[in-house]
This record gives sequence, structure tokens and C-alpha cells, in this order.
Amino acid sequence: MAKAPAKTEPSQALDQGLAVGVARLTPEKIESTIRTVLKSETGARLSTYVETCIHCGLCAEACHYYLSHDNDPHYAPVGKVKQTLWEMIKQKGRVTPEFIEKAAIIAHTECNLCKRCAQYCPFGIDIAYLMLVVRRIIHKLGCTPLYIQDTAHSHSVTMNQMWVKGDEWPDTLQWQEEEAQAEFEDLRIPLDVEGAEIMYSVIAPEPKFQAQLIYQAAAIFHAAGVSWTMPSELGWDNSDMAMFTGDNEIMGRIKRAHYDAAIRLKVKRIVMGECGHAFRSVYDVGNRWLGWEMPPIPIVHAIDFYYELLKEGRIKITKKYPTPITLHDPCNVVRGGGLHEKARYVAHTLCESVVEMTPNREHNYCCAAGGGAINCGPPYKQTRISGNRIKAEQLFAAKTRGAQVLIAPCHNCHSGLHDIVHHYGVGLDIKFFGDLIYELMEKPA
Amino acid sequence: MTDSANWDWDSGAKQIPITPWRERFRWVEEPNASPDGERVGAVVNLDEGEFAICINGETGDQVFDKAWHLRFTPSGKWYALVSEMAEWTVVVDGQTWAQNFGYVWNPLTCVSGDHLAVAVQQEMQYGMALDGVLWETTYANATYFALSADGQVTAAAVQVAACDSAEVHKFQEGTFSAAIAGNAWENRFVNVWQPVLSADGSRLAAEVRLNLYDYTIAVDGSPWPQTFTSVWEPSFHPSSGAVVAPVRIKGKWGMAQDGDLIWQPDFVQVWRQVFRPDGGKLAAVVAPKYGRWTLAVDGRAWGTLFRDMVTDVVWSPNGDRLAALGKNGASWHIIVDDKIWQRPFAMAWTPVFSPAGDHVAAKVEIDGHYSIAVDGRLWSGRCEAAWNPVFSPAGDKLLVKTIEEGIYHRRVLPLTEFAD
Ligand code: SF4
Ligand code: SF4
Repeated sequence: MAKAPAKTEPSQALDQGLAVGVARLTPEKIESTIRTVLKSETGARLSTYVETCIHCGLCAEACHYYLSHDNDPHYAPVGKVKQTLWEMIKQKGRVTPEFIEKAAIIAHTECNLCKRCAQYCPFGIDIAYLMLVVRRIIHKLGCTPLYIQDTAHSHSVTMNQMWVKGDEWPDTLQWQEEEAQAEFEDLRIPLDVEGAEIMYSVIAPEPKFQAQLIYQAAAIFHAAGVSWTMPSELGWDNSDMAMFTGDNEIMGRIKRAHYDAAIRLKVKRIVMGECGHAFRSVYDVGNRWLGWEMPPIPIVHAIDFYYELLKEGRIKITKKYPTPITLHDPCNVVRGGGLHEKARYVAHTLCESVVEMTPNREHNYCCAAGGGAINCGPPYKQTRISGNRIKAEQLFAAKTRGAQVLIAPCHNCHSGLHDIVHHYGVGLDIKFFGDLIYELMEKPA
Repeated sequence: MTDSANWDWDSGAKQIPITPWRERFRWVEEPNASPDGERVGAVVNLDEGEFAICINGETGDQVFDKAWHLRFTPSGKWYALVSEMAEWTVVVDGQTWAQNFGYVWNPLTCVSGDHLAVAVQQEMQYGMALDGVLWETTYANATYFALSADGQVTAAAVQVAACDSAEVHKFQEGTFSAAIAGNAWENRFVNVWQPVLSADGSRLAAEVRLNLYDYTIAVDGSPWPQTFTSVWEPSFHPSSGAVVAPVRIKGKWGMAQDGDLIWQPDFVQVWRQVFRPDGGKLAAVVAPKYGRWTLAVDGRAWGTLFRDMVTDVVWSPNGDRLAALGKNGASWHIIVDDKIWQRPFAMAWTPVFSPAGDHVAAKVEIDGHYSIAVDGRLWSGRCEAAWNPVFSPAGDKLLVKTIEEGIYHRRVLPLTEFAD
């Protein structure tokens, strides 16, 4: 049996979004909001989970927060539900503003919605779903942490994650195209090409801070002779923090903008960059909210696309990467998309030596940045880091066996692992697959 | 409307070789053809940082540091977005607008093609320019740009109150509005999306979010009294001035007119509504059940269901017929009056009705080539590029514009060419 949760963490740093939201709460508002969400927005799935859970605690061992906090039951998956949703249900919504504050912190910053625990539960109970129900309630109560709420606002205005304005996007692409033409004379980043085979979509941090990733992708497409395009107008960004704040209506809106861009451009497929949460949103969650059982235009994650390019010989590698690498399996594309063997094919094709970290594939530990946790910003950075000591140990073990470079084919993982590697002094260089392909591929004259 | 009566409907075929362009220039970008098919053009690169517009093989003497988005207006003028000395403007048929801007994008043309508007960034302020003239008032941000059908009026969603990122509660008080010809409504909203102008540009409707949870439609600044859990883009009735929009209630979608439900919220999804030209009926794409898509007319769904989507909804000019595209897996279908053409395509473009509505044509892709299909029959041409076909005013001929083996072709084909 799971032990009772041992402790409650006070909020670690002042979060204005949360503090102001909590100060505005009244008992009536809390009660009616919780009741409404539970009654009209959750169905058989929630009641089945609630009725089925036998509180056995088998899920505890799955969670990196639990393992990193010396098996503190506060961090066990079932413990998180006990401290949030079950209490709300038990009290029929009559919980205090302080309770809501604590629930917001647990649901947003102490769970990455990574779904590792669902694999350990004998009944397959999906704690991530339950945490999303909590986040939906928190959203309805206006108590979402500040940074991720701001990101949801950016999505709502600009249809992208980082307040990138209408001119900044095509301007950045044109600038990258010009830069790349110094290396490949006739390279194009083709904008608005109706009938191209592929629309390539990215997340907004790429044009904002990491434009070289767009350069690299363009170079790879150029070398492989891919028929591709990018939209110059709304819909180019595939990211989605609204999915993680429980603002499902904005989630649907931004997913529609993304698919509408592809529909407008008459492409056969959408290839997306190395991002995990965006894949979950476009491939699984956002599309379904809109009524699409499957993506209306097939979605291909970068790992899958690189696999295809390498397997078909459309990209040739001049030499293998000599430094031993280890591969992080991002939750959303591995547990959520089954891309682990393709990731290994790509890794082994590119590299002389691949050191497996353990556990791996669908059992890999999350980076602790996912599920919107890193997007809750600086106030919770330490929560992510202290909550993922187990990841540092896992990485360190791979390093002991020779790995010097860590491949993380997901933006969130990349940033989260950077913090872990830095804080725990693991000493691994972190790269995307795209970095390696660009470095190793045969480049057209 | 474009007056196609003056076009050449007699000559069988005209050709313009494109391949020689590829030898003359460092590279040639995607060609585009004029509506009447008499001209084909492309952005071409002359040298490092030197771009020109090549129309029927002529580049004139204008050279730009950068040029993109070469298109033709419905009246057949070419235009492109161009840059010199890090400033941007628009060139229309060789005439560059007098004013330069920080950046221009999202060009819009009106139905006649006589007017052209773009989104503008000028000194980090945002607005629109119509035929080269920038709004008098510009804003901290602007999104969702619109031009009235008559080309006289522009509109956009604009940010009217300063709000730094991370000022979440200020944002939630409402910092956005909609501007018509640059003048913002007095009312502020948390969000404004998809402003839509009435055909004569006198009225403006848009989707608005009143707080984080309540959505509705605002018309000329005033929100409908009814709120919904979500809405999609509104449309004006072509004559009565009524405004309709898909609205979401208790997790299902219906259609509201001036705030009141006209289609019950029974659908998993409703969007892309289009009034019949006379306004007598309303069609929209709907999902009657999860993962199944079709069209509904006045709230009644068709029987043919598609798994992936339905899009490109068009009424025949006389309003008797209705066509759209539907998709199942890799197959695109053309559906007319709830009947699917037998042959599926790898891709299909917006169906085109003949003036009397008795024929339907479309650009399609099949086996890696583009072609034209009419009433379900496929033309024998296998093309590298093709543009939407145009029916002659009498409806007996089809103007077909293609590129085959590096040569641009303008053909006037009698409909009998499309017989099986
Ligand atoms: S972080 Fe992952 S393993 Fe832990 S509770 Fe959340 S979903 Fe489960
Ligand atoms: S969620 Fe599953 S594993 Fe966890 S306590 Fe409940 S029944 Fe046990």
C-alpha cells in the first residue's frame, strides 16, 4: 500500500500569476468551478480511474520525482492525485484557496505528464490525464502559473509560443535563407509553395533564439532534394502550451491554424522539427479536440523523417560521428509515438558508438522539463532539477560507460537536460539529430 | 468579378518556354500564371542579392535586393513584395509603391483586382497599407488582416493598450480591438480573431474572447449578448447584413445568427460556412460524429462522410449546386451535390463551376503529375504545373494553363476534349 503523503511543499518562489489568481478566489467560485468541470467535462474515464485505483503504490517507482526525492510518497503519482483531484472529489469542491495553490504547483510543476507511471499501474491508470483535469480546473479558476499563462496568451494572439510578430517570421526565414546561400548557392527556404510535398513546421523558439536550426533543416532538405515549403503567415508554429494549461479552446484554435496552413498549401505531409510536446499536440490531443480522429494531413516527426532520408539514401553520410553518444528517448515521441527504434536506426547510422542509457526506450526517464514544467519558468527551475536527480544518475552511468555526447531529439528535453547536466556536473555535450546530420552529411556543391 | 469575356477564347494554344530562363538566371522560383493565361512570371535571381521579376521572359530593368510572393491579381496585374536597402514595398505591374516600409507581408487583393493591401511593420508599429497608403494610426501589434470585397476598406485585429509579456492580468483585462481602415473600435477584448468585412466594407465582425473563457462575435465593436465556449470566423449575409458564426455550446458546435442559434449544437465540429450567392441558404463543413466529415446545408448534413476532412466549399454562380473537396487517407475526392466523383486524386484544388453551373472542373494531381478533371473525367495532359481552369462565359470551353516539359502552355479546350 502506498504510504500517506508525508509532506507538502510550500510554493518555492513567488509566482505572481498564481498569487494574484489565488487571492481572487472565493469558496463559492472554487466549489462551483470544480463541480462544473467534474460534471460536464469528465466522463467515464475519470470515474473508472477513481473507482479502479486500489492505492497499491506500484506507480510510485515509475516517477522520477519520487525516485529523486528518496521515495517520498508526496511525489508518488498516486500521491499527487491524492493531494489534488481526489480531495476535490471527496470534498465535493469545498477546498480552500491554499489548497488550490498547492494543487496548481503539484499539477504544473511536479508532474511532467510523461505517462511513465501508466506503464507501471496494473490497471493502466493514466495519472497524466488526471493531472490535466486538475490543470483544467486551475485554468478555470485563473490560477495558472505566470510564465506558462503568458505563453498561452502568446499562442492566443500570435498563434505561436513566443510572441513572434507577423513580420518577424518571414523576415527570419529570409535572413536564414540568405545566410545559407553563402554555403549553398541556390538553397531556398521556399515560402507558400502550393503543392509542395511537405510543409515543415517548427516551434517558435527556433525563429526567436535558434534560427540556426532552421538553417540546418533547410540544408538537410536541400541536400536530400526534398519538395518542401513553409507558410509565411499564421500556422507555422506547431507548439502548444495551451494543451498543458488546460485551455483546450486555445489549444484547438492553434492546432486548427497549423492544419489550415498545411491544407491551404496543399501539401501531402507535415514534417515537424525535433520537438516532443508539439508532436503530442498535433498528433494526438489537439487534432482530437477538433474532431479529427487522426491528423487530417499526416504528421511526420523529425526522427521519422531523418530515418526515411537515411534509409532511402537521400542523405549520405561522409563519415560516422567518432565521439560516443547516448540517446535520450523523449516521452512524447517514444511512449506517445513509438519512434524509439527509428531513433536508434538514425543514431547508429550517424554514429560509431551508441551507448544505451538504462532504462531506455519506452521506459526512459523523463527530462522533467516536459508537460509544460519548464514553461512555468524560473520560479520552478529548482523543482525540476531536484526532482530529477535520477536522470543525472542515469546520464552519469552512460557517461561512465563512455558516452560523451547526449542526443536529445526534443526541444524541451534539450533545455531540461541542459539544466540537469549543468547542475549535477554530468559533463555531456547535448545535441539534436539535426546537428549531427548537418555536420556529417554529404553537402551539395 | 473578373471579366473573362474579353479574353482570347479562340486561339487553341500558346506557348512560352520556361527552360531557357533557368539557363539565363542563377535560379528561377515557382512560376505563376495570370488569370487570362496570357502571362507567366517568376521571381528570378540574377546574382548574389539581386532579384528581378521575369514575365513572359522579360525582366525589365528593375532589380531588387530581394523579391518574393509573385502573384497575379484577378484583373491580371502581377505584384510582388520587394526590398531595397533593407526597406520593403510592393511592386504592381512594374510600378513600385512610392512609400517604403520596415516590412510588408500578407498581401490581399479585392474581387476586381484593382486594389491591393498588405500588412505593414513601420518603425516597429503595425498596420496595413492600401494601394501604398499606410493607416494613419499604427499599433503595437496587428494580426488577421482583411480587405473588403470591393477593395476600399482594410481591417485587422490590433493591440490598443501597452502590455509587456508576462503582464498576464493586464492582458486579461483586454488589450486588443479591431481596426477598420486603421480606426480601432472603442471596445477592448482579450483576443480578437478573424475580422471579416461586409462586402461593401461598411461593417466589421470578428471573433472575440471577453475573458479567458467566454467567446462571442463582435459586430462593429459590440459583442453579441450571448457567449459561447468557443466560436469560429463570422460571415455576413450577402444582402440582409445578418452575421452568422459557428458557436460551441456544451462541447458541441452549432451555428448562430446575430447571437441566436439557427443550427442546433449537435455537431462535433462546424466551420468554413459559405452563404449561397443570393443568401438563401447556408452551407458549412460539419463533423456529424467524431472523425467523420461532410457538408451541411441549413443545418442538414449530407450522407457522404469523409474520414479526414472536407474543405474548399463552393456554390455554383446561380446557387443551384454545391461542391467541395473531401479526403480519405491519401485520396482526395471531389464531391458535388452529395455525390462523389468516381476517380480519387492525390490532391485536388478548389472546384470551379461553369457560369450556368452545369459543369465542374478542377486542377488535380494524379500519379505525380498535374492535370485537369471535368465532371469526373480526366484530361490526358500530364503536367509539371497547372493552374485552376476557367470556363468561357458561354461555358463550352475551358482555359487550361500548364507547364509541360519546361514549356508554359495556354490552351482553350472545348469541353468535348474531356469526354471519356
Ligand atoms: S511525472 Fe510522469 S511518472 Fe511522474 S506522476 Fe507525472 S506522469 Fe507519472
Ligand atoms: S494508480 Fe495504479 S499503480 Fe498507482 S496506486 Fe492506483 S492502482 Fe496502484
